[in-house]
Amino acid sequence: MKIYGVAILAACFLAGQIVGNLIGLWIDIPGNMGGVAFAMFFLILFNARMRKHGYIDTETEDGILFWNAMYIPIVVAMSSIQNVKAALSGGWVAIVVGVVATGLCFLLVPLLSRIGKVSAPEDNHLS
Amino acid sequence: MEVVYKVFDSNGLVFAFLVVGVIMLFSYWFSKTITRGKIPGAAIAIVIGLILAFFGGKKGIADVPLFSGMAVLGGAMMRDFSVVATAMGANIVEIRRAGLAGILSLLVGVTFAFFIGGVIGYLMGYTDAQSFTTIGAGACSFIVGPITGSAIGASSDVIAISIAIGVVKSIMTTIVTPIIAKYIGLNNPHSAMVFGGLIGTTSGVAAGLAATDPKLVPYGALTATFYTGLGALLCPAVFYIVVQAVLP
Repeated sequence: MKIYGVAILAACFLAGQIVGNLIGLWIDIPGNMGGVAFAMFFLILFNARMRKHGYIDTETEDGILFWNAMYIPIVVAMSSIQNVKAALSGGWVAIVVGVVATGLCFLLVPLLSRIGKVSAPEDNHLS
Repeated sequence: MEVVYKVFDSNGLVFAFLVVGVIMLFSYWFSKTITRGKIPGAAIAIVIGLILAFFGGKKGIADVPLFSGMAVLGGAMMRDFSVVATAMGANIVEIRRAGLAGILSLLVGVTFAFFIGGVIGYLMGYTDAQSFTTIGAGACSFIVGPITGSAIGASSDVIAISIAIGVVKSIMTTIVTPIIAKYIGLNNPHSAMVFGGLIGTTSGVAAGLAATDPKLVPYGALTATFYTGLGALLCPAVFYIVVQAVLP
């Protein structure tokens, strides 16, 4: 049944949120640290395990894939609830800092992508 | 007419499904026929979302009662839930291979954004340690900014600026990512993980990658999810101490 897939996804999600929040508590920051990543790991591991034993069928999988497919529509809804006015009302400081800092971070992507790709990391000094 | 409005208003989430569905339909049609597939449909849909947000307020279009359901559909819970679901298509081998680069990119990303942001703020007249730190934190994300600002006792107008900086970053990431993806080599899981770690702002990374190539989403999300936590950890503590040591 499809709901099994949704329930598995929900279980992984909640478990990840709990782990993320516990870590947040532990290092004393408000909110959670890596909750989504832990949830993703749980789902990947669970999926691999179930598949190995043949417990997962396409119906169950469809329950997860539905939410996978809902990702872009949800992101569209998300962009429609952004505080766009605040971005514009923050004045020049906000726009200059936001644009320049982000733009420079973009430029680092190809640089850091080299790490671990061909040879061992030699770019450690960057951090 | 009043009945129609009442039905839409009291079934906000369902109405949001319809609204987003119509936006998607239009965007994919527009992408295919007008731009001949040059601009991805998802990117157009996201930009339409941002334009809609402009007509609202703090919570974007969701501030208009009729569209309040958009806040549920596009809220953090649904976003994270569907992001986790994308892990179904993720390859664990790729993740392991890019692990080190991902961790490094997180550290570099937070540090770099903070100091670049702070320095620009300094040059624009925000020269005290608290403002430097809060503005730098805002350059990390719109969540790290206010967390840091209130932790170190920055003034509320500087905190407001830090939020605005974070929002600018998020929106810029959303719009610019699909445009420059090919120039920065953002076309494989490895660089997507680095990208998520370097940029970090969850909604920007999520939307930017969705518009570029949905297959990359799980990888970017994987590292980006640590960014805000790391920023909230470093900015008000370590970085603030460093800044205080340098600025009077």
